[in-house]
Amino acid sequence: MMQETMFIDPQRCIGCRSCVAACRECGTHKGYSMIFVDYLDRAETTATMPTICMHCNEPTCAQVCPADAIKQTEDGVVLSALKPRCLDCRNCVNACPFGVPKYNSAMHLQMKCDMCYDRTSEGLKPMCASVCPTGALTFGKYQDVVPLRRTKPVNVHVFGNQKVETKVFLMLPTDEEAVDVDGCGVFEGRLGVDPSIHESWIDTQVEETDKGNEF
Amino acid sequence: MSKVEYLDNIIDRFGPHLHDEPDGGWLSDRVIDKVVDTHCPYCGMQCGLKLLVEQDKVVGLEPRYDFPVNEGRLCPKGVTAYLQTHHPDRLEYPLIKRKGVFERASWDEALDLVVSKLRGLQEEYGKDAVAVYSGSSLTTEKTYLVGKFARVALGTRYIDYNGRLCMASAAAGNNKAFGIDRAANPWSDIPFAEVLIIAGANCAETFPIINGFLWKQRDNGGVWIVIDPRETPTARQGDIHLQLRPGTDAAVTNGILNVLINEKLIDQAFIDSRTNDWEATREVALKYTPDVASQISGVPAEKIVQAGMVYGRAKTGMIMHARGIEHHSNGTENVLSYINIVLATGKIGAKGRGYGTITGQGNGQGGREHGQKADQLPGYRSMLNPEHRKYVAGVWGIDESELPEAGVSAVEMFSKMRDGEIRGLLSICSNMMVSLPDTNKVRESLEALDFNVCIDFFMSEAARYADVVLPGTTWAEDEGTTTSGEGRVIKINKAIKPPGEARRDWDMLQDIAHRLGRGKYFTFSSPEDIFDELRLASKGGKADYYGISYEKIERQNGVFWPCPSEESEGTPRLFEEKFAHDDGKARFHAIEYKGAAEQPDDKYPLVFTSGRIVHQYLSGNQTRRIGFLVQQCPEPFVEIHPETAMKYQINDGERIKVISRRGEGVFPALVVNTIRRDTIFIPYHWGEQLAANQITNAALDPTSKIPEFKACAARIEKIHSRELPILGKGRKGRSASEVQRGK
Repeated sequence: MMQETMFIDPQRCIGCRSCVAACRECGTHKGYSMIFVDYLDRAETTATMPTICMHCNEPTCAQVCPADAIKQTEDGVVLSALKPRCLDCRNCVNACPFGVPKYNSAMHLQMKCDMCYDRTSEGLKPMCASVCPTGALTFGKYQDVVPLRRTKPVNVHVFGNQKVETKVFLMLPTDEEAVDVDGCGVFEGRLGVDPSIHESWIDTQVEETDKGNEF
Repeated sequence: MSKVEYLDNIIDRFGPHLHDEPDGGWLSDRVIDKVVDTHCPYCGMQCGLKLLVEQDKVVGLEPRYDFPVNEGRLCPKGVTAYLQTHHPDRLEYPLIKRKGVFERASWDEALDLVVSKLRGLQEEYGKDAVAVYSGSSLTTEKTYLVGKFARVALGTRYIDYNGRLCMASAAAGNNKAFGIDRAANPWSDIPFAEVLIIAGANCAETFPIINGFLWKQRDNGGVWIVIDPRETPTARQGDIHLQLRPGTDAAVTNGILNVLINEKLIDQAFIDSRTNDWEATREVALKYTPDVASQISGVPAEKIVQAGMVYGRAKTGMIMHARGIEHHSNGTENVLSYINIVLATGKIGAKGRGYGTITGQGNGQGGREHGQKADQLPGYRSMLNPEHRKYVAGVWGIDESELPEAGVSAVEMFSKMRDGEIRGLLSICSNMMVSLPDTNKVRESLEALDFNVCIDFFMSEAARYADVVLPGTTWAEDEGTTTSGEGRVIKINKAIKPPGEARRDWDMLQDIAHRLGRGKYFTFSSPEDIFDELRLASKGGKADYYGISYEKIERQNGVFWPCPSEESEGTPRLFEEKFAHDDGKARFHAIEYKGAAEQPDDKYPLVFTSGRIVHQYLSGNQTRRIGFLVQQCPEPFVEIHPETAMKYQINDGERIKVISRRGEGVFPALVVNTIRRDTIFIPYHWGEQLAANQITNAALDPTSKIPEFKACAARIEKIHSRELPILGKGRKGRSASEVQRGK
C-alpha cells in the first residue's frame, strides 16, 4: 500500500505553474494538465494557490457516478473515470466540492489528477511534486514531511453540512483542525468588499483558463 | 545598411510561433531510445534534467533527482525547455538578406560573403572596424572561443557580451571587495543561515529553484529580510520587507550599517584581522541614521532598525542580491554597500555565513571568466596587465604585440556603431533589440552598420537586422560546460544531432577563422578539445580551471572553481581563511548615496523599473515560442498602484501609454497593491512595440558599465482604449506573431 501522499502548502506557492507544465508530461494524460494554479486576488497580493485532486476518503465524485466509473485504489487514490464506463453525464464535475474533475469533450471522458498513479505505483514521485520549486506541492510520508515543516497539516474540510476528509493534506499556518470553507466567505460573497470592485483581469484570465470544467 | 522592411513576412516565416507539444504529438506509447542526463539551458541554477530521446528527437523530459542543486525540481521554463529542439521556427540553413528579404543560401556562399565583407571593412577602416557581440547563454567553451576569435582571427579590440547587462556590477563589486568574482558560498550553505537578506532579487520568478534552499532555511527557523520596491512572491513571504524607492539601496544599506555600529553588532575582531578601509566606511555610515535613510528610501525607519537588529544579532547570516540593486548607474556601489554589511559583521567564510549573487543567465558566471569581456582574457586575466597578456598570447601561440588593446562595453559599442567607428558586427546568441536599454538607439546602431552577421538558432528581433544569419544549435545538440551561479562547473551533454544544415557554433566560428587565414590557431576537433586549451589558458589566473576535466565534472556532479590542480576537488566555499587580494584581506568601500541618473520631475513624475516574469527568459527569443509559457503571459503589462491609477483615472486592464524621454509604449494596466505608489513596473522580455526597453535609460555605471535598467523617470497617459488585454481573451490567447504585430 502506498504510504506516501501529497501535501499542499499554499504559503510556498510562487505561481510559477511548473506543476501545470509538468503534469502534461505524464504519460497517461497526453498533454492535458490535471492541476490548476490560481491567483487569490492579484489586485491585493501575489499569493497563488495550487489545486489538485484532494483524493477524498469518501469521494463525492465517485458517489454520484451512475456508472460506477470512478474507482478508488486500496491506497486511497481516486482515479479518473474508466473510459468504457463513463457516460458523459458530468455528475462528478458538478458534484466535486473542490471543483477538480474536468470533462474531456474529445475523449468523452472525465479526467482528473490521479496522483500520477502510473508513476507512484512504481516508486516515482508525481510529476507536479517532483518539479515544484518550493515544496508547495510535496509528495512523501506523513512522518517524513510533517516534522520538517512549521505548518499544520489539515485534511478535514467543511462545506456547509458536508465534512470531507481527504488523503491529501493542506499545510496551514493556523491552529484550526479543519478548513471551514463556509467561514471564509466563499458562499456569502466577498463580505465587506464593495461589489463594484472587480478582481484583477489577471484573476479573470486565470478563471477562464483554469476554471472551465471542460478540456 | 540593413533595415527590417517586411516585419510581417519575417514573423510569418521565422516566428515567434507557438510550439506546445513534442514532435509527433503527445503519445503514451513512445519507445524511448535513450535518456540523456543534462542541464536546463536557462538561468544560473543550471538544474539537472533528463531528456527522453526517440529516433534522434527529444520527446520529453524526466526530473533528475541525482543532481544536488535541484533534486528533481524544475521551473516551468525548465519543464518545457525541450520543446525548443524541434521547434518549427528553428533556423536550419544560412540566410542572406537581399533587398530586405532573407533568402536561403549555401554555407559556402554565406561564409564567403561574411569573410569578404568583414575583411573588406577591416582593410578599408582598420581591424577595429569590426566588432563581436556575444552572449552568456553559450557554453564556456564557446565563450572562450569567441574571445579568441575576436582577438586572434579578427584582431579587433571590440568585443563585449550581454553579461554586461546582467552581472557586471556584481562582478566589479566582488573584485573590488574580495579580489575575486564568484559567489562566496555554495547554495547548500543557505539552509544554515539564521537570517537571509535578499536584495533586489525576485527569486521566485527569476531563479525559482533557489526557493527550495530558502524554504529549507525557513524550516530551520530562519528569517528572511527582503529588500525590493515590489511585493514579489518572495517579498510576500519575507519576515521583514523593506519596500524601498528604486535606486536607493545605498541609503538603506548605510542605514543598516548605522544600526549595526550603534547597537555594537559589528565584529571588530574580524574587521581588524581580515579587512582594510573600515574607518572611512564607518564615518559615512554614521551619517545615515535610520531617519536619514528613511527619508531617502521611503522605507520606515523602524523597519531599517529592525532589519539591522535581526541581521546583526544572528550568529549566522547570508546576503544575496540580483539585478534589482545592480542595474543602476551606481550598481557597483550598491553591491559594495551590501558587502560592507557582510564584512562589518564578519558573516562570511563559513557554512551559513556568506554572500552570493543570483545569476540571471545560464552561464553568466562562466561567460565572464574566459575572455569575452572587453577588458578580459581567459582565467579572469586582464587585457591591461602585460604579464597576463604575455601568458595568454603564449598559450594561443601569438606574439603579445598581436593582441589588441581592451575595447569598450556593450552600450558603448553600439554608440560607436551609430558614430560609424564600428562598421561591421558579428553577433552570436544575443538579442540586443530586446535586451539593451533605449531600444530606439539600438535600432539606429544596427541600421548604421555596413555589414551585420548574426549566429543564432531562432530569428531574434536583433537577427532580423542582419545581412547574413547563420543557423546555430540549441543546448541539446552540442556538449560543453557552463558555470552556475554558485561557481559550479557542470557539463551539458549532447542528446541529438543539429537539425537541417544547422551547425555547432564553435564549428562555424572555426570555419570563418580558417577562411580569414587564421586557421592554424583554430584546430579544435571537439568542445573538450577547446576546454583543454581553456584549462591551460586559465592556469594560475583568478578563475583557475586547470584541474577541471569532463570526467571530474561527471564524477563529482560538478566542480567548483578555483580548481588549480588535477588532485584538487575544487573549492565550494571561498574566504574561509583569506580573501583573494594580495594581502589576503577584504576591502571596505565608503559609499555615499547618489541616486539614479534620472530623477522624477513634474513632467515625468513616476519611477519606472523593469524586471522579469517567471514564464519568460531574458530577451524571450527562446521562451516566447513555447506555447505553454506564452499562454501564461502573452504580453507585458504595467504594474501600477491603485491610488496612482485612481489619480490618472485608469482602470485595471485598461491600456495606457508609458512614456519616458527616450520612448513610449502601450501596455495594459495591472492595478495592484504590491507596488509602490511612486513606481511603475513592466517586464522586459518582449520586443518591438512591446519592449520595456523603449523606456529605459542607457546611463552607465562608471565602473561596471552596466545600464540603468531599474530606475528612470516616466509618466503615464490614459489613451481611452477599450481594447481588452490579450490575457483576457481565453485559454489560447493569440499567436505570438499576432502579439508581436500588436493585432
